[in-house]
Amino acid sequence: MVCMASSGTPENIVTARELGIVACKRCTKASPMGVDRCPRCNHKLHSRDPLSLQRVWAFWIVGFLCYIPANAYPMLRTQTLFKVDESTIIGGAVDLAHYGSYGIAAIILFASVVIPLAKFWAIAYLAISVKQNINFSNHRRQFMYEIVEYIGRWSMIDIFVVAILSALVQLRTLASINPGPAAIFFALSVIFTMLSAQAFDSRMIWDVRAKGRSRTS
Amino acid sequence: MSPFAQNGVSRNETILYQSDMKDFADRDVDFALDELIVCPQCDAAYRMKKPGHGERAVCQRCHKVLIAPRRNAGLHIIAVALAVLFLIVGAAVFPFLTIDAAGNKNAVSILDAALAFSGGPMIFLSLATAGLIIFIPLLRVLLTLYVLIPVVLDRPAARHAIPAFRLSEALRPWSMAEIFAIGCAVALVKVADLANVGFGPAFWMFGILVVLVIAQDSFMCKWSVWHRLEHPKTS
Repeated sequence: MVCMASSGTPENIVTARELGIVACKRCTKASPMGVDRCPRCNHKLHSRDPLSLQRVWAFWIVGFLCYIPANAYPMLRTQTLFKVDESTIIGGAVDLAHYGSYGIAAIILFASVVIPLAKFWAIAYLAISVKQNINFSNHRRQFMYEIVEYIGRWSMIDIFVVAILSALVQLRTLASINPGPAAIFFALSVIFTMLSAQAFDSRMIWDVRAKGRSRTS
Repeated sequence: MSPFAQNGVSRNETILYQSDMKDFADRDVDFALDELIVCPQCDAAYRMKKPGHGERAVCQRCHKVLIAPRRNAGLHIIAVALAVLFLIVGAAVFPFLTIDAAGNKNAVSILDAALAFSGGPMIFLSLATAGLIIFIPLLRVLLTLYVLIPVVLDRPAARHAIPAFRLSEALRPWSMAEIFAIGCAVALVKVADLANVGFGPAFWMFGILVVLVIAQDSFMCKWSVWHRLEHPKTS
């Protein structure tokens, strides 16, 4: 058998689906098409998960609904000597900017407003792009998917900051910080967007191009 | 003659070839399956060519690392996992941060921080936080030790080793110790001008822990573990 040491032009890629094979998403073992569960790890096998997009959208919608009260309700309740201060995520950042801490205000705005919104946009874009032929290269979309998967967990940082502050700053009458109702909605929003990103079957990104290829050739 | 092709590629990468993949469709599938590796991310199929120690097999299309064996990886992972185990227990119990403002003092452990959300539905948040930063990392370490110790000692795989490893992999994104560590840094910046903040022993333990957890995940070649669990005596 002769092997061409080609430079690996991606156009020649043969997928497992074309070979009549299903690969396990979890342990990568290959099985013939039609096998229900992976013989090695017992994970459910799907060549392409038919319910993937439904689950992506279901989690996406719940995540987005949770994100609205997360911004509307106060995140932190700061109690100092004479007054009680309730601040939302954006309000807290604006206050910091007023006191001159522009850097921290920018970090907070970026971590809890820009990144979550970008994540909602990116997941929706990916889910729409596998249904319609969008003029955006597969490598870019794969890269986008990897970023969403990687960044998703980091939004939890806000919740941890609130947890640390409320545990630490309990100085009786002098000052105390307590979590507001927004914390629980923000945590739920992060968890549901993570589930949404995990439900997305990244193999579908590459199918669109394969379809386009068979149409042109 | 070897049916596998390989050429000298930079960065120690073994490229998997699929120039004659179409042949597989005609051959007996059962025979061919063990020679195949499929990228879980983009579904590209390749003929197996196991890379040497320190090399990596990378998907040509989406560049996902498929196999990355290391010499003595199992022993390294076990050593790191034991260290992580002790550090998690220590970091959870000892005081983590102390605060001091105008004579009022307060010291908290990581468990205190996790349990800061109290009252009504906030209990859920406490449980979630405690799980994400202590119990899930702890469970993952225990599962890793349970799965890998028999493999490294060349014993038959432990009972239920396969579901254990599957669970450990499924929990990977939910193990958030390193995110908590960065959260501490942000919280410290916020409180720094309000009061004096000091570090307890647990703070430094947690710092080391984060580095070790990341190292542990990068040592682990999932393909090799699955392969060993499936063929315990052969390789």
